Amino acid sequence: MHLPNPENLLADITAQIKAQLKPNSALIGIHSGGVWLMNRILQSMAQDSANAAVQFGAAQFGPLQFGTLDAALYRDDYNQRGLKSESKPSNIAFDVQDKHIILIDDIFYTGRTTRAAMNELFDYGRPASITLAVLINRGGAELPIAPQIVGAKILLNANQNLQLSQDSQGKLQLNLESNSHV
Amino acid sequence: MKIHIKNGHVIDPKNNINAKNDIYIAAGKIVAVGQQPDGFTANQTIDATDLIVSPGFVDLSARLREPGSEYKATLVSELHAAAAGGVTSLACTPDTQPVLDEPGLVEMLKHRAKQLNLAHVYPLGALTQKLEGKLLAEMCKLTEAGCVGFSQADAAITDTQVLWRAFEYASTFGYTLFLRAEDYYLAKDGVAHDGEVASRLGLKGIPAAAEALSIASILRIAIDTKTRIHLCRLSTAEGVALVRQAKKSGVPVTADVSINHIHLSDNDIGYFNAHANLKPPLRTNRDRDALCQGLKDGTINAICSDHTPVNNDAKLLPFAEAEAGAIGLELLMPLALKWASNSQLGLSDAIAKITSQPAAILGISGGHLSVNADADIAIFNPQQAWKVDANQLKSHGKNTPFLGLEIIGKIQYTLLHGQITYQA
Amino acid sequence: MYNPQLDSDGSLRHLLTIEGLPKRVLNQILDTAETFVGVAERDIKKVPLLRGKTVCNIFFENSTRTRTTFEIAAKRLSADVINLNVGTSSQSKGETILDTVDNLIAMHADMFVVRHAQSGAAHFIAQHVPDNISVINAGDGRHAHPTQGLLDVFTVRRYKPDMHNLRVALIGDVLHSRVARSEIHALTTLGVPEVRVIAPKTLLPADVNKLGVQVFHDMKTGLKDVDVIMMLRLQNERMNGAMLPSAQEYFKTFGLTQEKLSYAKTDAIVMHPGPMNRGVEIDSSVADGSQSVILPQVTYGIAVRMAVMAILGGRNVGGNA
Repeated sequence: MHLPNPENLLADITAQIKAQLKPNSALIGIHSGGVWLMNRILQSMAQDSANAAVQFGAAQFGPLQFGTLDAALYRDDYNQRGLKSESKPSNIAFDVQDKHIILIDDIFYTGRTTRAAMNELFDYGRPASITLAVLINRGGAELPIAPQIVGAKILLNANQNLQLSQDSQGKLQLNLESNSHV
Repeated sequence: MKIHIKNGHVIDPKNNINAKNDIYIAAGKIVAVGQQPDGFTANQTIDATDLIVSPGFVDLSARLREPGSEYKATLVSELHAAAAGGVTSLACTPDTQPVLDEPGLVEMLKHRAKQLNLAHVYPLGALTQKLEGKLLAEMCKLTEAGCVGFSQADAAITDTQVLWRAFEYASTFGYTLFLRAEDYYLAKDGVAHDGEVASRLGLKGIPAAAEALSIASILRIAIDTKTRIHLCRLSTAEGVALVRQAKKSGVPVTADVSINHIHLSDNDIGYFNAHANLKPPLRTNRDRDALCQGLKDGTINAICSDHTPVNNDAKLLPFAEAEAGAIGLELLMPLALKWASNSQLGLSDAIAKITSQPAAILGISGGHLSVNADADIAIFNPQQAWKVDANQLKSHGKNTPFLGLEIIGKIQYTLLHGQITYQA
Repeated sequence: MYNPQLDSDGSLRHLLTIEGLPKRVLNQILDTAETFVGVAERDIKKVPLLRGKTVCNIFFENSTRTRTTFEIAAKRLSADVINLNVGTSSQSKGETILDTVDNLIAMHADMFVVRHAQSGAAHFIAQHVPDNISVINAGDGRHAHPTQGLLDVFTVRRYKPDMHNLRVALIGDVLHSRVARSEIHALTTLGVPEVRVIAPKTLLPADVNKLGVQVFHDMKTGLKDVDVIMMLRLQNERMNGAMLPSAQEYFKTFGLTQEKLSYAKTDAIVMHPGPMNRGVEIDSSVADGSQSVILPQVTYGIAVRMAVMAILGGRNVGGNA
């Protein structure tokens, strides 16, 4: 199976996100892949405001708020699997109340991670809206949840495992494995 | 009733017998060892092929819990346990309720035991009234009623003046004192050996010095008052050394060790196993090894069971709250055998420690298979392994650190005065 | 080798003592606690992990402060909490520990937090509960207080991240202290190279050096080059038991004053499990001073207890994959 270049997908969704930014926007990346993506997006925005003047109205938006979210404590499979052994603390230092949140994750699959992330997010406050941006939607949603910003849709089945990674230079890579068992 | 025990291997340490021999019994006594007497026709033959035929065992300490603590155990249950363990004579401690400081109680106990006809019971009388360590008990009357010596069980005499006088009085009549040496104050509230294990587990420890100090005092008083003493349940290497030294100097002292202390150490407390809560406490491996060596070189004369049945509920508690003690009548022989094999000694050495030696200490007839002796006999399979299982034990108490473990040595028959009291 | 605290797959089954827990389990708890420190700083301090589960605090020995922190921790995990102060009233009615525990099992409790005056009580209860119940030891006699040991090393880790390069000194009544034993096990398991105890001989257990500590009897040499000072509480009974002559003499010789504190490194931190006896083991100026981290310990205590409960609550009982 031919996988698209994740760097191209990132450029694509970065453009879509930039087009949606409003005065009260904030980015939240879901660990770990979503956080890498968010950091790249933020870098890109920093370059924008460093280069051009006010092409995206960066000045009138002020510094863009961002945070990270783990959602490990809100997962629905705790009773089956227990706590993940490595969870990083969520860090949302700004007030979520009335913000337009852009939630960023790498791969959208069943939708459960998004549900957990939203549950956690609502414990921080009441956002004005939440937009979900993902690099890849691999199909297989088990809940009535869908991403609004998508880099690519690639349909995979249950015994295929798609992972995003970044190399030592920070370049993104996709890896597809087939598991012999489901 | 004429009984012929045939084809067994007889081990009788007192008479130096360690060979295949038949034994002939009539009217409750041994009439011959080896050659069948003329005109002897057996009513019953016991086939002792591949089995050891030994004098019935003599246990220096078993708690029968009567009078007073029948909810823990009774004479019936515990004397059946004795028979199942091949024990035909035992000494019981005075810490009953009421305490054995009244001749009437002693007589009643002896009478009850005699009626049951399962084992000879030799009471140790209280040394002081109510074991309180203040007033002397009526030692002459108690001896007349059947006591073979005097003891304080686990109670201390803290007043050295009283202790001195108790020795002197006993010594006047040649009585033997059976004392477990432990300094009352150093041992107070302690439940384990004061060392690394107790420190890790947060248990209050009893230092080895509690025993050593007490032995030193007891020996000194014994020498000055010329009293015969028996030190019960040695537990420390220092204690063994002190007794060795005393014996070398000619002090009339004897000593015993329990089946638990020659095999276990404080490591066996494990995760707070209440069955390992014993008095004296289990000590270090070094102490255990010294006790085994002491038995080997004769410093320690005998092994005893220290049989102490405890209600299940009293053990189902956090360690320090549990009642101390372990049963042992049914484990005496196999654990004595295990000591001998661990020490590269023979069966005869093991059997001496539970027959002739303790009999001599108690001053009773028994512990040997001489002609005309009472036919008190234990016949056992020294190779047979069995699991210590609560459901199989005859004792009402199921409390032993060996519970669930496999031990080797199984009684097949026990005879008391020529009658079979137990058959496997 | 059989370890009553671990399941056959090596995951935590009960938390009874730090002794015998592998380093990876300690690190798992500490790392999870990091997540919960953040939760406590939010407006909504709750997460839904233990929703629908019941945590019972069974305190046979009274303690409002420890019980409260466990209660807060459980509630922040959305658990329901039952507090049973057995204390003296039930014991005087003759109910055994096991009867008390059996009653709670029959009420479908999921987790027991147990404090008892006897060493080994938590192990004892853990042996008798069914597979689906976890036991957390909140202090048993002199033996262990594992959550305290954990929150103490969590605190150390926060202020002095390089654990492999530390000197830690415990000062006070080690003999009677379950906190000290747990701290020692936690520090040595995590690889702290030098753990010291400073106390008079009457307050040290037999063979204490075998626990992996160096023994000191005076503050000046004991505190030299020390990075972390862990104070222990002194109880009045010690005077009555002929272990110490007076609180004043104890303060003079082993009390942590500014002067004694200066024997340690200048950036040494001072810890105390609480409650403090000001003027006995510690001087107020030190307790309230810049090197004291005593109040943060309390905050971390809740996060650590949340971590323990979260790990135990997610146990795979019944083998669901």
